[in-house]
Amino acid sequence: MSYDVIIGLEVHVQLQTQTKIFCGCSTMFNPDHPNVQTCPVCLGLPGALPVLNGHGFRLAVKTALGLNCQIAPYTKWDRKQYFYPDLPKGYQISQFDLPFSHDGHVDVEIAADAKSGKAASSRRVRILRAHMEEDAGKNMHDESGSGRDSKVDLNRAGTPLVEIVTQPDLRSSDEARRFLEELKLLLTYLEVSDCNMQEGSLRCDANVNLHVHQPDGSKVATPIVEVKNLNSFRFTEQAIEHEIARQWKWFQETGIKLGDKGGYKSTRGYNPDRGETYILREKEEAADYRYFPDPDLVPVLMSESQVAEIRSEMPEAPAPRRTRFESEYQLTGYDAAVIIDQGREFADYFEGVVKTCKDGKQAANWLTQDVLRETKQREQSITEFAVRPEVLGALLDRINQKQITIKSARDVFGELLTESDQDSAVPAIGRIDEIIAAKGLAIVEDTGAIDSAIAAVLGRNAKAIADFKGGNEKAIGALIGQVMKAVKGADPQTVKEKIITAMSQS
Amino acid sequence: MLSPIASLPLSTLIEKLRSAELRSVDLTTAFMDSIADHDAKLGAFVHLDRDVALQQAAEVDAKRDAGESQGPLAGIPVAVKDVLCMKSQPATCASRMLKGFVPPYDATVIAKLKQAGVVVIGRTNMDEFAMGSSGENSAFGPTRNPWDTERIPGGSSSGSAVAVAARMAPLSLGSDTGGSIRQPAGLCGIVGMKPTYGRVSRYGLIAYASSLDQIGPFATDVTGAALLLEAIAGHDPRDSTSVNKPVPAYSQSVDQPLAGLKIGVPVEHFAEGLAPDVEKAVRAALEVYKSLGAELKEVHLPHSKYAVATYYLIATSEASSNLARYDGVHYGHRAEKFDSLGEMYEASRGEGFGDEVKRRIMLGVFALSAGYADKYYTKALQVRRLIRSDFDAAFGEVNVIAGPVTPTAAFKLGEKTSDPLSMYLSDIYTISANLAGLPGMSIPCGFTAEGLPIGLQLQAAPFEEERLFRAARMYERETDWHTRLPPLAH
Repeated sequence: MSYDVIIGLEVHVQLQTQTKIFCGCSTMFNPDHPNVQTCPVCLGLPGALPVLNGHGFRLAVKTALGLNCQIAPYTKWDRKQYFYPDLPKGYQISQFDLPFSHDGHVDVEIAADAKSGKAASSRRVRILRAHMEEDAGKNMHDESGSGRDSKVDLNRAGTPLVEIVTQPDLRSSDEARRFLEELKLLLTYLEVSDCNMQEGSLRCDANVNLHVHQPDGSKVATPIVEVKNLNSFRFTEQAIEHEIARQWKWFQETGIKLGDKGGYKSTRGYNPDRGETYILREKEEAADYRYFPDPDLVPVLMSESQVAEIRSEMPEAPAPRRTRFESEYQLTGYDAAVIIDQGREFADYFEGVVKTCKDGKQAANWLTQDVLRETKQREQSITEFAVRPEVLGALLDRINQKQITIKSARDVFGELLTESDQDSAVPAIGRIDEIIAAKGLAIVEDTGAIDSAIAAVLGRNAKAIADFKGGNEKAIGALIGQVMKAVKGADPQTVKEKIITAMSQS
Repeated sequence: MLSPIASLPLSTLIEKLRSAELRSVDLTTAFMDSIADHDAKLGAFVHLDRDVALQQAAEVDAKRDAGESQGPLAGIPVAVKDVLCMKSQPATCASRMLKGFVPPYDATVIAKLKQAGVVVIGRTNMDEFAMGSSGENSAFGPTRNPWDTERIPGGSSSGSAVAVAARMAPLSLGSDTGGSIRQPAGLCGIVGMKPTYGRVSRYGLIAYASSLDQIGPFATDVTGAALLLEAIAGHDPRDSTSVNKPVPAYSQSVDQPLAGLKIGVPVEHFAEGLAPDVEKAVRAALEVYKSLGAELKEVHLPHSKYAVATYYLIATSEASSNLARYDGVHYGHRAEKFDSLGEMYEASRGEGFGDEVKRRIMLGVFALSAGYADKYYTKALQVRRLIRSDFDAAFGEVNVIAGPVTPTAAFKLGEKTSDPLSMYLSDIYTISANLAGLPGMSIPCGFTAEGLPIGLQLQAAPFEEERLFRAARMYERETDWHTRLPPLAH
């Protein structure tokens, strides 16, 4: 027997607003004291009323557009009712039957895996809906075991969230991780969320079960498990792996299917120390949240022109940008992905370099090797990197203009960085030519000097000439080296061609 | 015996303050004394802060002395229902649940009153969380009708109505969710107005049923109600449901009679259940309008027979949610004995809420439950739209709809407490205005043989408060019901 893995994700994303979704309190993460970023509204005091943060709603619409979702022309707010100390009103303002967006998709590219021999593939993950809601506060329990009081911190209460619900389209833990990586890249590109998982800006619940193949060709589903509150990509992957193994073992032992007695949907947590999921509560009777429209808030109407306006403010999303990089700059899929996946600023830097040097491949080589290496070493983001794109572009342009060699360009690049490391200044374009001049790196165009150097070198290297003519093409390397040594700044390609010509004439 | 100052009409008080013949401190003291004399019998006030009130009055006097121009209500004492939040003053909604709760902020209407120089003289008794029609559901004990202290004053704004009726305050604020201003105004023989939904900010009004609640004024005459509404009305960015429309100067136009007034008389409000003496007084009032040149026209509100049922589904559904925040965690009453979080919730809410509040929470939870919400809550929303359509059609033909406020005059304390349904029916004529979001008011139009006041209800299309005030004032000029004082005052 074999099985298919069926995974759907629910992702909560905190939007990057200055103030909360329904009041003017700050959304700063972890201020010095509990309950300082609060007011009558987010404390749920009697008589206080919510007012929608319009900027937050626009960020939510951007998020949904990035997910290729439809934006609803009419959306409303509903109360999801349950009692919990971190929920001061006794209900969460959320969206129930008319979410502000629905029916989108995210395409996830899965790289080939040499170890398992799997070829590269692509998976379209459909988005069922994305809706907006307020975050709850945090309960802090006494973990000393001495039974002291629990405490409630409402600083986070009212932080704007978008909940993104996928269809069960993911087929492996690897795909789930890749989806989350792509989602994070998208949301940070759009500047709608910082997606900082340590700070809880992106939280994931995974719904997992197996469809087990039967001998007659039919499939049987194992009970669905929702693993809650996964706060890192790695834990998400591990939790899903553990669930797959656990459900498979359990099914083989008991044969219990989804919907059988003992086969209801259940909710589990994940313990990263043990690498195991554990039972949270049985959902035998679904909780009744008694959703109804919040009478304190008015519905939001979105016209097509308002949606178009928000769309026009959006930067290009990573997926189309990757495709464009491949066609516009002749990049390989791999290079385009490396550049895009570094984040929006890195890709912007790349385009800045190309704008000046007009050579996408050259720029991609430099960015994916030299620039990445140097920023990593310095623990800098690309925006902090001393060599600005127009400077690097100018440098690469010198290569294309055959003014310097690639090797010389690396020298200049290294020199620019060494200098800025010392005086933390940002190098100007003019500095490139100064270094080229000072180090004598300019390619020598004086063919007379090259010709006489070649004549001299050939004159004392009869053996090498014979070897080359005898079919040992590598022999020419030593000759080129000697000429280059004699004429600093000579273009090795030119030298090579001239040597071959000279030898064929001799 | 009332102090001579406290029994003066509001317009006279305003004139005396303006001419510096009377100081706000003396005026406030006079009403404070009136409260001290009568309130032990009436139970209208739940919180008094004499020092704060006198200090506010002294500030107004000082500004007047300094020659600063002030609004008409500067220095006038106003009593407020215990449902409105005011910084540093307790706000309990007459519930054990909120005993000791002191809000850290001012409701928008309170901020506006302060801006107008009004002296907040005290906080008034009410049915717990504004749920009730008699003033009997209060953790502080019942409020009594000054016309007969064996009788109820109506509710839920019982204390605000009684404070004005017994001349313990010249003006007061109440809230009206299904008739909670108009019904006690009618039963106490004073003027009460529920504005259009969205006319007055609800920010700082402790919610009962958010889509129905509206704050409004009580006064001894129409002009007083117009002045007070003018002071509190207007758009508020803190309340998404408040409407951004300019506020007319109601008090400036109130004395202008309406020419060609067409008054709709709803057949359904003169049907079975209406007491003969109430019907007689209301029909006599309609004759007064006729004599003033108004045209009377029968109108039909065919869905009004569903109004009470619709109201008790929508209001209780919203209430069950609005009152979820009283859980003993963050503020308010917390039980002393519990062994788990669940028990803490149950015990705190069990001890904190009174019977009527619990009854309505249970009704609302049921109406919103999975499997029942479509049959009850959602159906009620559909009927609500039909009720609104009835009014839209009627206001296509007439300018104002007139009829009784209540089916009977004030009943006796305890008479209906064991029969919630008959209690609910005392709001039968007022509830529709809340469901439809319309403005409505109650003005005195006579007395029963036993000397109990009878109210006339006037309703208009949304945001036509100005028309209501002018129509009400036309009648008031022709009659003297509003000048009569309850026996307590003699």
